[in-house]
Formats: sequence, structure tokens, C-alpha cells
Amino acid sequence: MPLYHTDDQTMLRDTARSFIADAAPVKHLRQLRDTHDRTGFSRDLWKQFAEMGFTGILVPETQGGLGLGHVEASIVLEEIGRNLTPSPFLTTAVTAVEALKTSATLGAEWLPKIASGNAIVALAIEESAKHRPDRIALTAERSGNGFKLTGTKNFVINGHVADMLIVAARTAGAVGEPDGITLFAVPKDAAGLSANPVLLADSSLASHVRLDGVQVDADAVLGDVDGGWGPLTKLLDAGRVGAAAEMLGVGGAALDATVDYLKTRKQFGRLIGEFQALQHRAAHLYGEMQVARATVLKAAQLLDAEYPRAEIAVAVAKAKTGRACALAVQEGVQMHGGIGMTDEYDIGLYMKRDRALEEFFGDARFHADRVARLNGY
Amino acid sequence: MPETQEALETFRIETRAWLEANCPAEMREPVRDETDACWGGRNFVFKSPAQKQWLDIMAGRGWTVPDWPKQYGGGGLTPEQTKILRQEMATLHCRAPLSSFGIWMLGPALLKFGTEEQKVHYLNQIARGEIRWCQGYSEPGSGSDLVSLATFGEDKGDHWVVNGQKIWTSYADKADWIFCLVRTDKTDKYRGISFLLFDMTTPGVSTKPILLISGSSPFCETFFDNVVVPKDQIVGELNRGWDVAKYLLGHEREMISGGGLGTDMMSIGAQFKDVAADEPVLRAEMANFDVEVMAFRAMSEKFVDEMKAGKNHPAEPNMMKYIGTELNKKRFELIMAAGGSDALEWDSEASGGGVKARSWLRTKGNSIEGGTSEIMLGVVAKRILELPGA
Ligand SMILES: Cc1cc2nc3c(=O)[nH]c(=O)nc-3n(C[C@H](O)[C@H](O)[C@H](O)COP(=O)(O)OP(=O)(O)OC[C@H]3O[C@@H](n4cnc5c(N)ncnc54)[C@H](O)[C@@H]3O)c2cc1C
Ligand SMILES: Cc1cc2nc3c(=O)[nH]c(=O)nc-3n(C[C@H](O)[C@H](O)[C@H](O)COP(=O)(O)OP(=O)(O)OC[C@H]3O[C@@H](n4cnc5c(N)ncnc54)[C@H](O)[C@@H]3O)c2cc1C
Repeated sequence: MPLYHTDDQTMLRDTARSFIADAAPVKHLRQLRDTHDRTGFSRDLWKQFAEMGFTGILVPETQGGLGLGHVEASIVLEEIGRNLTPSPFLTTAVTAVEALKTSATLGAEWLPKIASGNAIVALAIEESAKHRPDRIALTAERSGNGFKLTGTKNFVINGHVADMLIVAARTAGAVGEPDGITLFAVPKDAAGLSANPVLLADSSLASHVRLDGVQVDADAVLGDVDGGWGPLTKLLDAGRVGAAAEMLGVGGAALDATVDYLKTRKQFGRLIGEFQALQHRAAHLYGEMQVARATVLKAAQLLDAEYPRAEIAVAVAKAKTGRACALAVQEGVQMHGGIGMTDEYDIGLYMKRDRALEEFFGDARFHADRVARLNGY
Repeated sequence: MPETQEALETFRIETRAWLEANCPAEMREPVRDETDACWGGRNFVFKSPAQKQWLDIMAGRGWTVPDWPKQYGGGGLTPEQTKILRQEMATLHCRAPLSSFGIWMLGPALLKFGTEEQKVHYLNQIARGEIRWCQGYSEPGSGSDLVSLATFGEDKGDHWVVNGQKIWTSYADKADWIFCLVRTDKTDKYRGISFLLFDMTTPGVSTKPILLISGSSPFCETFFDNVVVPKDQIVGELNRGWDVAKYLLGHEREMISGGGLGTDMMSIGAQFKDVAADEPVLRAEMANFDVEVMAFRAMSEKFVDEMKAGKNHPAEPNMMKYIGTELNKKRFELIMAAGGSDALEWDSEASGGGVKARSWLRTKGNSIEGGTSEIMLGVVAKRILELPGA
């Protein structure tokens, strides 16, 4: 498979690019923010995403989706990133779909609802402020024909508006061990579940979630009891590539805005883009973004091919894209000079979004460490 | 024409079997440094019978230049097949059978600009490793500003007479032929340069080695004193050598950027596990470096795939050159750090005659040769980002 988009993928990109830029440009985010919207995204827009087929990209055709892959999901995510569009796409249409594919009954119930835009699903995985997927302490004890879940979760994006939460719980083993983790599909209205949304720096909403002895049936298990590490890693890897793709959009837009600014702003009687000090930094940044772009496509292709060692490519993609996009937004603000510090100007919004995506599913350091471990040191 | 997936899979299986059967064990060890590689040419002394055997058998299949047409000594493979051959060679750790400026630089330029006679004549010899080439671009006053070059070729009807001096000519003292930029019109800076090929044994050509910081001297000053060059040894049109030179530089940069991947694909952290375990800060740097290398590998694959499909911007090799060479320097900084005092040894047996230290020093030239990093960034800024200014 050559490392560039096929004609069909290029067509999808063009469609997604013009649709999202029209329907949800940065203005849309500002409006939600300035009206103190407490949903965090537009349900109308989500419906339109469903009509376009976007929500069902990873859902099999038999369940109302398009049956496409991570390369296609990445294409949509990049455009979401480019426009800073608030959307449950990554959690619902990517990670949740990946998790729901492990259970025939839950999949049959939820995948068509996701494809049609009628369900929002959130991930309740993190417990600490940093991404530590093996440090799951929330417990699920056997109770009746099912389990009783007790504990708290952090950084649950869309947690307060989701119809269902995918909860990683410990059914055996000790905190820090991958064995003994189990994934549960927990309906949002389950008794004992509460979600308290907080506003983040990028104007998105994430919840602290409490589960006070939430009772679920045995068929709420996604994958195997105690064997949740496999499906958890799978859904996380899908989310990591997705987050990296969204970051590509964020960093790419920051780069474009900066290069445009260099071509229009005059100081000392010259366009600032004429100064070699800025030219070289812009060129360096461009190169870093190109490399990041290659890693995301590579990782998405390997996930789609179900390549057994895709995980190292995923870690490389999240780490490299994280670094490159951080550079893009930071250089963006710097090269815009004072105006880059103003709320009125968009570049700062890109920096904030990048910071949030960097923390989502593990930052560049987490993934560099993972690469080292996978390489045996 | 794109092959079917099955045909490619068959090709992969056959290729692997052939390589396993034919690549000598000695040729599956990593190349230690430049002097350990096979360069071919009239005066080349093979390091071992295996080195010669590997060159001969690969050249016999056209696999020193797998994607060149068969009539020019190539293997006639499609881009997909070439990619598979390279992948399989990497998997089995097969060395490149031939390291050659003829393959990396001159060949592509001849394929594009050469006459049919030139192609048949020179490309076949390049493919078989029969002539070793050197590159005569830089002059004492003309490095980054290459078009300021002054070596002059005077038109004498059926030949030129060339006078002048080149510098930094890698392996000029070992090369059989030189591809050389010569001014043939003094009135036009760009359109007054021609691209000439000539034999280094031609009367009037002399070389003087320059010692490098690595202690070796692959470099020369090269002098031309009334050198007679026949007219049919020009590549491309008269006074349009700059087009050939630029095209060739694109390939040179691509080749040099390949250094970023390293000859040995193994991660530095994996090679120095104990050090990594004892030194968390160094381990972190190694981990970040692994990310960079694997990311660059993806970029290189994308670059090649896009190039084969005619999709990349013509200035993109400049970006690749910049990133790849800066990465290779970083690689050797880490190797030196991980090796500690062992890596500093210059002439001990244990250090293989200071392979690490010497290779480390050699990499510092990567971001200078073939155009400096600063020049690469300038080209990207102007030609890809279209930033203003001269
Ligand atoms: C938080 C904050 C507080 C401030 N407080 C005050 C205040 O109290 N009073 C006040 O008067 N001002 C204040 N300023 C304004 C500040 O002094 C200017 O923002 C600053 O001098 C840069 O000018 P500029 O914003 O016009 O950027 P520009 O001059 O447009 O520069 C844009 C970019 O181009 C680069 N650049 C420009 N010229 C060159 C060159 N020749 N070579 C290389 N790069 C170049 C700059 O470094 C920058 O990255 C403040 C700014 C900020 C952000
Ligand atoms: C290992 C090695 C092998 C080589 N092999 C060959 C060979 O086989 N044949 C051959 O012809 N040449 C060869 N060269 C020469 C090489 O191409 C030149 O060294 C190179 O082009 C730089 O030219 P220079 O050395 O004159 O440096 P200069 O051009 O003098 O540059 C000095 C410094 O100034 C910077 N600089 C120059 N102009 C600008 C600018 N406009 N903007 C910003 N910075 C600038 C440069 O980046 C550099 O850092 C080789 C060099 C090396 C190191």
C-alpha cells in the first residue's frame, strides 16, 4: 500500500474539508464558548455528520455504517482539527466503535445508533491526571448475575451528555497490572452514576465521573472478564491515531496561518517573511509537520491492515505528531507577535486545543517511553 | 503497470529465497564505515572474495540498480518490486552490493539528460561497478553559491580545454572519471555552465588529498591544467549544465538524507540496554531519538512512494536532506554518549580502529555536503512556503 491517499480518500478529504469549513469554522467554537454552552458541541452538527456518513465511517455496512478504516477516520479528524470543531467524533465514532466491535450483542445494539447519529458514547478510563491505562483502580465486584462498579474516573470527555460510558474497571489483579482489567458498557442513566462536567482550557468539557455501586448485567462486558487489556489497548490505539490526526489539523492550520502572516505583516519596512531568522524556523516547522503527517498515515494504514506490530507505529505517530504540533502552535503564537496573544485572534485557540489533544491518550513522553519498551530497553 | 497482489507476493517469496541462497554471510553484517563498503572501479581492491562475489551476482541480475531499464544494466523492476527487494534486503541485513556516486547521482541525471549512446555506454559500466565517479562541483570560492564557479572550458571546435580548480572533491584520487561543472560562457551566471564528463587520467588532471577531522582523507583538491575534453562528453545542452546539476543534486540530497535512517536499523537504546537502564536521562533521549528515526522512516517511505507517483513538490528533497542529515548527527552524538570512553578510543583493536569516533566525526559533514542545512532551509522557505525575498 503506497503511503499516500487513494483517489477515494482524496475525494473524502475534499468533501470533509469543504463541509466542515462551511458548517463549523472556528467561529462555531467561539459561539459555543461565548454563549456558555453546556453541551460542548452542536447536536445539529452531529446529525449532519451522520447524514454525511462520517459517524459511521468505522461501523460495518451491515450495521448502517460505511465500513471504512482508520485512514478515512483520520481524514475527517484532520479537518475537525483544522477548524477546531467541537465534536464527539473521536470518542464516539472512533474509540467506542472499536470497543463495541468486540461484543456481538452490544455492537448490534449500539453501532447502528452511532452510525445514525443517535448515540453519544464516552470513555471512562483515566483515574489520574496523566494517561496511565494500567493503573485502573475502580473496582467491579461480582454481584448477582453481573457486577457492581465502584470508584471515580477523570477526564471523561462528553461524559455528562453521553448515552453510554465505556468504563475500564479492575476485576482482578493489582493496580499497575494489565491483567485483571475488564471493560464495561454502562448506560448513562444507571443508578449510582454521576458526571460532573468541568470546563477545560480549550473550552471543551470533560467530566469527573463517580460510580457508587453501579449495578450492570454480565452482558455489559466488552471482551473477556479480566481480559480487558487487549480491547482497551485496541480502542486506545485507535484513539491515539485519531487524536494525532486531529492534532495534524490543528498544527497544520497553525502553520498555514503563520506562513500567511509572514507574507503580510511588515516591520522595518519589509515583510517579516523576508527575514531569514523566521524563514528558517518556518521551513524547519514545515518539515516537522510533513514527517508527522507520514507517521499518522503509516499508523492508520497499519491499523487498517491489522498489522500485528502496529502499536509501535501508533506510539511513534502520537509522539511525533505531539512534538511537531506543539512546535507549530508555539511558533505560531511567537511569529504573530503581540497579536498572537490576543483572544480575538485564532492562533491562541489552536495552542489550547493542541495542549488538550496532547494529554488525550498519552503525551509524547508517554509514547516515546512506549517505543523504548517495545524496542526492548 | 501495477501488478496484482498475488504476483507481488510471489515476487517477494522468490526474492527472499534467492537472497537467502545467494547473499554471502559476510555480506549480511552491517557496513562498519565508508571504507568497508564496495565502491567498484578500475583500481578497487575488494576486501574479501565475498564482496566481489556479491557484486558480480547482483550486477548479473541488474540488481545493483533494480529499477533501471534492462538495456542499461538495470533489473527492469517496477517501483513496487523495487520496494519489495529493498525491504527483503533490509530484513535479511544484506549489504548494498555497490556504493556508487554513479548510481546515486550521475545515473539518474544521465537517464534524464543523456543521449542514447551515453546511456548505453556509461550506465552499463556504472551498473556493473566498472567505473568509479567523483563529483567536481565546489571550488575554493564557490560552495553554497555554486553558480559563482570559475573553472573555464574554452571551445576549441571539436573539444574543450578546461582550466581551473575544484575543491572538496570526494575520492577524486580514487575515481576513474569525474562529472564536472565547467563555465563555458562568462556572460551569463546561470546559463553559462556546462556539465562535462571526463577521465581522471586525462593529461593535466591532478589531485591533492585533504585530511579530514576523522583522520581519513577521502577529499581532494583537484586541479585542471589544459585538460582536453571531447565534445561528446557533455551531458545535456551547452550552457544548460545547471539544469543537469540541479537535478543531480536532488538525487544527491535524497541519498545523503538516507543517512538519517542509519545503516543499521537497530535502535540505539536496544544496542546499549545496560547504559539505558542506568541512565534515565540518556534513555529518554534515546527513546525520543527512536521516535524521530521511525517517523523519518515513514516520511522516507512516503517520499519515495509519492515520487514514484509524481506527487511531490520538486523542492522536497531539500527538506528530506535537512531532516535526514540532522538526524544522523544526532544518532552519532547518542552513540558517542552511550559508548562513553570506549567510543573515544581512536586506534585500539577493540574499537576497530576508532570506528565510532571516526564515523561520528564524518557525520558532521552530512549537513554541509550536497548543500548545507541553512541552504536547504532557505530553499524550502522560498520554493515550498513561497516566503518573500530574493
Ligand atoms: C503580554 C504583552 C504585553 C505588552 N505590553 C505592552 C505595553 O505595556 N506597552 C507597549 O507599548 N507595548 C506592549 N506590548 C507590545 C509589545 O512590545 C510588542 O508586541 C512587541 O514589541 C512586538 O511587536 P509586534 O507585536 O508588532 O510584533 P511584530 O513586530 O509584528 O513581529 C511579528 C514577528 O516577527 C518577528 N520579527 C519582527 N521583526 C523582525 C526582524 N527584523 N528579524 C526577525 N524577526 C522579526 C517578531 O520577533 C515576531 O515574532 C505588549 C505585548 C504583549 C504580548
Ligand atoms: C563530507 C563532504 C563531502 C563533499 N563532497 C563533495 C564532492 O564530492 N564534490 C563537490 O563538488 N563538493 C563536495 N563537498 C563540498 C560541499 O558541497 C560544500 O562544502 C558545501 O556546498 C558548502 O560550501 P562551502 O564549504 O564553501 O561553505 P560556505 O558556502 O562558505 O558556507 C559557510 C557557512 O555559511 C552558511 N551559508 C552560506 N550561504 C548562506 C546563505 N545564503 N544563507 C544562510 N547561510 C549561508 C553555510 O550554511 C555554512 O554554514 C563536500 C563537502 C563535505 C563536507
